[in-house]
Amino acid sequence: MDVQLLTYLFVAASFALYIGIAIYSRAGTTDEFYVAGGGVHPVANGMATAADWMSAASFISMAGIIAFMGYDGTVYLMGWTGGYVILALLLAPYLRKFGQFTVPDFIGTRYYSTTARVVAVICLIVISFTYVAGQMRGVGIVFSQFLNIPIFWGVVVGMAIVFMYAVLGGMKGITYTQVAQYCVLIFAYLVPAIFISLLITGIPIPQVGLGAQVTDGSGLSVLEKLDNTLVGLGFGPYTEGSKSTVDVFAITMALMIGTAGLPHVIVRFFTVPKVSDARKSAGYALLFIALLYTTAPAVGAFARLNFVETVHNTPYTQIAGWFKSWEDIGLIGWEDKNEDGRIQYHPGAPFEGKPTFADARRPDGSRAITNPTTQSANEVYVDRDIMVLANPEIASLPGWVIALVAAGGLAAALSTAAGLLLVISTSVSHDLLKKTFARGLSDKQELFYARVSAATAIAIAGYLGIDPPGFVAQVVAFAFGLAAASLFPAILLGIFDQRMNREGAITGMLAGLIFTFGYIVFFKFVEPSMNTSEHWWFGISPEGIGTIGAIINLTLALVISRLTAPVPQDVVAMVHRIRVPRG
Amino acid sequence: MKDDNQAYWRANIRLLLILLAIWFTVSFGFGILLVDQLNQIPFFGFKLGFWWAQQGSIYVFVLLILVYSLLMQRIDRKFGVSDDEEEEQ
Repeated sequence: MDVQLLTYLFVAASFALYIGIAIYSRAGTTDEFYVAGGGVHPVANGMATAADWMSAASFISMAGIIAFMGYDGTVYLMGWTGGYVILALLLAPYLRKFGQFTVPDFIGTRYYSTTARVVAVICLIVISFTYVAGQMRGVGIVFSQFLNIPIFWGVVVGMAIVFMYAVLGGMKGITYTQVAQYCVLIFAYLVPAIFISLLITGIPIPQVGLGAQVTDGSGLSVLEKLDNTLVGLGFGPYTEGSKSTVDVFAITMALMIGTAGLPHVIVRFFTVPKVSDARKSAGYALLFIALLYTTAPAVGAFARLNFVETVHNTPYTQIAGWFKSWEDIGLIGWEDKNEDGRIQYHPGAPFEGKPTFADARRPDGSRAITNPTTQSANEVYVDRDIMVLANPEIASLPGWVIALVAAGGLAAALSTAAGLLLVISTSVSHDLLKKTFARGLSDKQELFYARVSAATAIAIAGYLGIDPPGFVAQVVAFAFGLAAASLFPAILLGIFDQRMNREGAITGMLAGLIFTFGYIVFFKFVEPSMNTSEHWWFGISPEGIGTIGAIINLTLALVISRLTAPVPQDVVAMVHRIRVPRG
Repeated sequence: MKDDNQAYWRANIRLLLILLAIWFTVSFGFGILLVDQLNQIPFFGFKLGFWWAQQGSIYVFVLLILVYSLLMQRIDRKFGVSDDEEEEQ
């Protein structure tokens, strides 16, 4: 059977499974819609959390980013896993004990203030929409590359599926579909990784293969060979970074505390029955996540090695089919600068900006590029996002593995999109309507509005996926920076500092939010030309500035809370209550 | 807060601080601040600092949460605040 047909089969089968689960687990009450009735087993919740968390970025982009960044890719590996330690130890058990539906719920109640609740809702909506647009885009890319469906229809199909189980099933439907999606995505990620590890090192465990000897008789380990090869081509060594230590530190910290402050992750811990289950569940979640995250650096290193070996100095007329098919959709571009008919791969951009292709092809069949060329010896443009998707083809794996990767990429994107859409709709129907502007809503009406806002959010997300504003890729830093600088400190202090009051928390959140927002907007949009380390404060890039934002938030909140009115007695009692599991 | 609950909270904080110290050491310590020094040491085909950054720290993170979950359960029971009714009988 050909790859195309297999891919259709795999994707259709996985979609049928998700829809079946959605119909089986419809939500009847707000309790079921928001937190799956609070009755999810910790292992199931761990899998759902892992699928919720591992997005199109984790599945499709991360190994590619690591492949090209080497050691510097560490910030994502540690940042996106270490956050779970903070979440499990400092937030999840206490928020579970608090026992409401949303993150703004906690902030609004703990700080006895509607203003605090609304500020939290705004943070949550900005963070979640930024994120969800990227997921829909991922769905579109997978559909267009593997199924030859235009991105528009790809996104529409994705929206329809998410609509089915998010609007009907709410958190209950989402949770059990995410369990299935985790199984699909981890299988799809590990199978090609194991194959490639076997091919390159003869060892079936990628985590071990990364340090093992290459089977080409050179006696070098994978990383040594990669270091040597890259240095030979003029790159820095793979295992050493080019970012400054302070920046790596700040980015890792911002990603960690940003992860711990992400509403769609936190809310997953509201769905388990008990406090002790919330702790266990966080452990399972990270275990399931670590399976992918410890495989990713191996996938990245293998991919880079394979890429260099199959592309560099190869005549275009003899290049593999995958190179041409990704060139066809514009994610690879080649300019034969020295006119020898061979592809040269070196550091630096081959030409200015992303490739724009002329209508005509060159005599050898490659696509002519109209961009002005640069001085560098490099002739290849390659979009980092294609590495995981192209990896099975680069390594010449069987067709069913390629089909599996497509289904896995879709599972990763859809599961995260659903989780995000749910927290958006919940915060609108519950926090903005029920708790702020329309207090008299009955349970039934609230459920109706939750479904309406979920449907609206899906439509907006779909639009962002089809017609993404140019800055989508750049605003990922926003989501984590803002979560780190606004929500995380407010929740942390709400649990661990019983003297933290309304005035301190609101000032802290706003200061952290505005500082971080301002810094990122300045360097990314107002003066992009100044976005270099000599202009950054303390040498910290916009990606890492959430760390400073969080420090500002914490400091201001502590100072102001000590200078203003003390916390009311009933709130102190609530803080004492959430600190103890029983009762 | 009752005395018992205060003692419980102190035991909780003590455990948190120990685990967070380990969390910080393996990630920010071994993976970032000391990475150049540790990279001088070979480790099963890896440079040791690189291994901590891209593999070791993540394994330790998983262990930390599992250990936390187990030890907290024990502290909960010792102070009689566990929410796990069946296991107490």
